[in-house]
Amino acid sequence: MINWLLRHAGTSAGSFVRLVRQPFASLMIILVIAVTLAIPASLNLVVRAAQSVSSGWENALDFSVYLRRDIAEPDAGKLAQLIGQRADVASVRLITANEALAEFRAQSGFGAALDQLSENPLPHTLVVRPSAASTSASIILLQEELGNLPEADIVQVDTEWVQRFHAILDIVRRAIVIGGSLLGVAIIVIIGNTIRLDIQNRREEIEVTKLIGASNAFVRRPFLWSGIWYGLLGGLMAVGLVYYGLYLLAPSVSRLAGLYQSGVSVTSLSLNEALAVIGIGMALGLIGSWFAAARHMRRIEPR
Amino acid sequence: MIRFEDVTKRFAGGHEALSRLSLSVDKGEMVFVTGHSGAGKSTLLRLIALIERPTSGQVIVDGQNTRRVKRRKIPAYRRQIGMVFQDHKLLYDRPVFDNVALPLIIAGMGYREAGRRVRPALEQVGLLQKEKRNPATLSAGEQQRVGIARAIVSRPKLLIADEPTGNLDPDLSLEVMRIFRRFNEVGVTVLIASHDIALIDKLGCRRIELDAGRIAPAVEDPELWE
Repeated sequence: MINWLLRHAGTSAGSFVRLVRQPFASLMIILVIAVTLAIPASLNLVVRAAQSVSSGWENALDFSVYLRRDIAEPDAGKLAQLIGQRADVASVRLITANEALAEFRAQSGFGAALDQLSENPLPHTLVVRPSAASTSASIILLQEELGNLPEADIVQVDTEWVQRFHAILDIVRRAIVIGGSLLGVAIIVIIGNTIRLDIQNRREEIEVTKLIGASNAFVRRPFLWSGIWYGLLGGLMAVGLVYYGLYLLAPSVSRLAGLYQSGVSVTSLSLNEALAVIGIGMALGLIGSWFAAARHMRRIEPR
Repeated sequence: MIRFEDVTKRFAGGHEALSRLSLSVDKGEMVFVTGHSGAGKSTLLRLIALIERPTSGQVIVDGQNTRRVKRRKIPAYRRQIGMVFQDHKLLYDRPVFDNVALPLIIAGMGYREAGRRVRPALEQVGLLQKEKRNPATLSAGEQQRVGIARAIVSRPKLLIADEPTGNLDPDLSLEVMRIFRRFNEVGVTVLIASHDIALIDKLGCRRIELDAGRIAPAVEDPELWE
């Protein structure tokens, strides 16, 4: 076991030395990998920032239940209490017809016109805030249920745009996953191609080692390590690029936050996420070099 | 140690390199295979090293029928045989030491442990002082000795060499052949393909002469030469 580890350590060191010996060529490949990894990683951060902004709009999930006009105020109060006890409801606020009229009179400037009315045309209204655990599906269900109550007239949701915004974010997030996967394939191809060239350049060496008894696995090993190194260094550089981008963005983000007086913040890549980017890079490197090695190594036999 | 039974090797295109060849080499023997170029010497060695497979017939090496060695087992099979080549087939991106250690590393030995066997091997071919040199900076004779050290470092029972003195002048050739002779004296079976008949006669070993893929009858029976 220790021997096995030592052998791998030796092989990986050898592969690393090979990379360093051609610094320019290696750097180009690593840079391509880094950019390809950094694009989805940073887009992901942008989406998350947008999410954090929109999370401040949670009260926008409130909706209004207008009660039928023949419901008396005490009944409306009881109904409000009843609904407030539901598990999927966080709170219910009753706005009585009189309060609503008073508010309308104060805000609309139609005071004189309203005085002409013989009776209050406004119904009692319940403003319902769904519980925090609600999903958009369960909120729709709640709205339907309350709308079906005999006391209810109409349910009005003025927050559809929030849902639309969330739906768009959802699409963007999925697009990042799809685009990211395509970029992952691109990385596999890039690394595979690099390793293929490397194999061709070292064809003679491979032939000789096979001639004196090396197995495919033995000959393959250094190339797999090269792939892992490309992925690792590319991943590290990608993380660096993302952090650098955040650093460049920081002043304008804080200015925006100042203007909005809100919690607009671009959260940085967490340690786990940074490790994930690097890990993905290494895995893609291994896969790419594995493909190249499996395809080309077999064909090289001593002549 | 080596037995060919009715071996034919025909290449794509119809050229028959070996035709129903039978021969045997005993354990501990040192035998030369001679003949013009194209007589089938190299093919014979390549069949032993499993670089080629016979079209028909059996090649038996150290009790193993090579026909039964599966593709995946070829590396392990080759590790039992020491091979020396006319063009040395050294790796010029690493020093002499690493070249000689390669068969041991391939076999899974640690670098330090390998070192304990590389130095004696280099000593036997007289190159201990040059272990850190790049083989490209050595003379042709020295490079060939590196090749021999690599072939014997894992202590194979069988050593095969294809024209090991093909690129060397007579003095160096004799020196290289003497090295082979020394290994033979400690029990290694040696099979060498060569066309240098004058040199072979100096060593006084058995000679198998091939002609167009068959054994040339005159040499099999030395009396005819007298």
